[in-house]
Amino acid sequence: MGLCEHCKKAQATFHLTNITREGEKIERHLCERCAIEEGLVQVHKPNFNAEILENFIAAAKSSSSGDMDLLCDECGISYVEFRNQGLLGCPKDYDTFKELLLPLIERAHDGATHHIGKSPGSLGTTRTTQQEIRRLKRQLDEAVAAEDYERAAELRDRIADLETA
Amino acid sequence: MNKSIDQLARQAGEWLRGEGPMHEIVISTRIRLARNIAGFTFLTRADAEMRAEIADTIQAAVRKAKDLRGFTHVDVDQLDELGRNLLVERQLISRQHAEGSGARKVAFDPSEASSLMINEEDHLRIQVMRSGLQLEEAWKQINSIDDALEKHLEYAFHPQFGYLTTCPTNIGTGIRVSVMLHLPALRLTNEFERVGQAAKDMKLAVRGLFGEGTEALGDFFQVSNQITLGREETEIIDDFHHVVIPKIVEYEQAARAALLEKRLHALDDKLFRAIGTLQSARLMSSNEAMQYLSHVRMGLHTGRIKTIDLQTINELFIQTQPAHLQFLQGQRLTGEQRSIARASLIRARLSHN
Repeated sequence: MGLCEHCKKAQATFHLTNITREGEKIERHLCERCAIEEGLVQVHKPNFNAEILENFIAAAKSSSSGDMDLLCDECGISYVEFRNQGLLGCPKDYDTFKELLLPLIERAHDGATHHIGKSPGSLGTTRTTQQEIRRLKRQLDEAVAAEDYERAAELRDRIADLETA
Repeated sequence: MNKSIDQLARQAGEWLRGEGPMHEIVISTRIRLARNIAGFTFLTRADAEMRAEIADTIQAAVRKAKDLRGFTHVDVDQLDELGRNLLVERQLISRQHAEGSGARKVAFDPSEASSLMINEEDHLRIQVMRSGLQLEEAWKQINSIDDALEKHLEYAFHPQFGYLTTCPTNIGTGIRVSVMLHLPALRLTNEFERVGQAAKDMKLAVRGLFGEGTEALGDFFQVSNQITLGREETEIIDDFHHVVIPKIVEYEQAARAALLEKRLHALDDKLFRAIGTLQSARLMSSNEAMQYLSHVRMGLHTGRIKTIDLQTINELFIQTQPAHLQFLQGQRLTGEQRSIARASLIRARLSHN
């Protein structure tokens, strides 16, 4: 096996071939380090959730509004502790830290602040009226943004029907 | 070696059958639901005693739940590293679950299409895997498992935030949809950015798959949703079904067609060199095997290779992974021994072709 064509020091362990538009074949032989440097290789992350979590923690750390010393009386976690690890201590934290969490939740979920979809006991995807209204309102926003006014009008009427029902 | 999982290494799970809609490009569909049990803290604040109690509560529910009685239960914390890695390679558990600490379990059905991770990041992660693009079927199945468990468990649920999870990035539906794609032609023609763009437009994440340690950006990619709140499960699934996946599949098909039409010799050279190497090499790394097997797979689906059957290739994809190799050999192997064993296994499987 040959040496890395880039640093010419380490063993080449990555062998890549590309075919150009002209049908020409380009071969590259690189060591792991040079391959990483060139962005041809990604360092293996433990899992997908970890990446989302990292971004989330970074966002949490950059926000600093509200009462940082707040403690949950159920599990004892402080907001600062949550901020450092991105993980909460118990279900009650969602109420205890609600005001602090809301901006982070909105950022992570593209502006959403309310659940729509399955809920325990509903068996399946039966929606409550409130959920349905929220869903239609979001679709209405999308229709308006897409300048699909015919659909927007239709959605507006359905929302009005549900709200008066 | 653990007896209950020893047999697994010899077969290729349900999701690797290479069947199902768009199976030439879509390897598999996976849906996960994150759930926590009311009345307990999240695992971040649970001591050993509570962890064990949570695990027992969920396990008891699984044993009582309709249609889940045939599940195999494995104590992940009782397995050695090799056994845990085997379950990771089969996608029955996540890497995080394998590397966690304290009482944790997995239960899965005999076909390995569904599994329940107990005490991963959340108390419960339900998972369903299907071969090819089968989003609706996967949703139907996972929804019914969730319903069956819900009769015996009280989930932590919030009127505003939905299903509550340890990390706020998963609240609401708690759903994570992941579609695994085989995109060798897009990679070969350097057009992969198109996929990244299509996914980014829909706020989906794309990442590479397979490999140990550092991994070459191989030909396999996983597309997953990041947003779990404010959209219904079926809406999230629909984005994949009607928008993102068909578009990516179309790009890959166009790239394959262009290679066949304009660069046939270069393509054939690549495909047949892959077969030649697989049939002759004496040392083969995991990344290398993955790359050549990927090219052979494309060769089969473009009709350029006719002498090897797809099932063999599908099985080799999983059996050449490090933990599988060691289970098949019945012993622990060093990196070099694995390379030898891997090359030898592949030669044996492809020799009569």
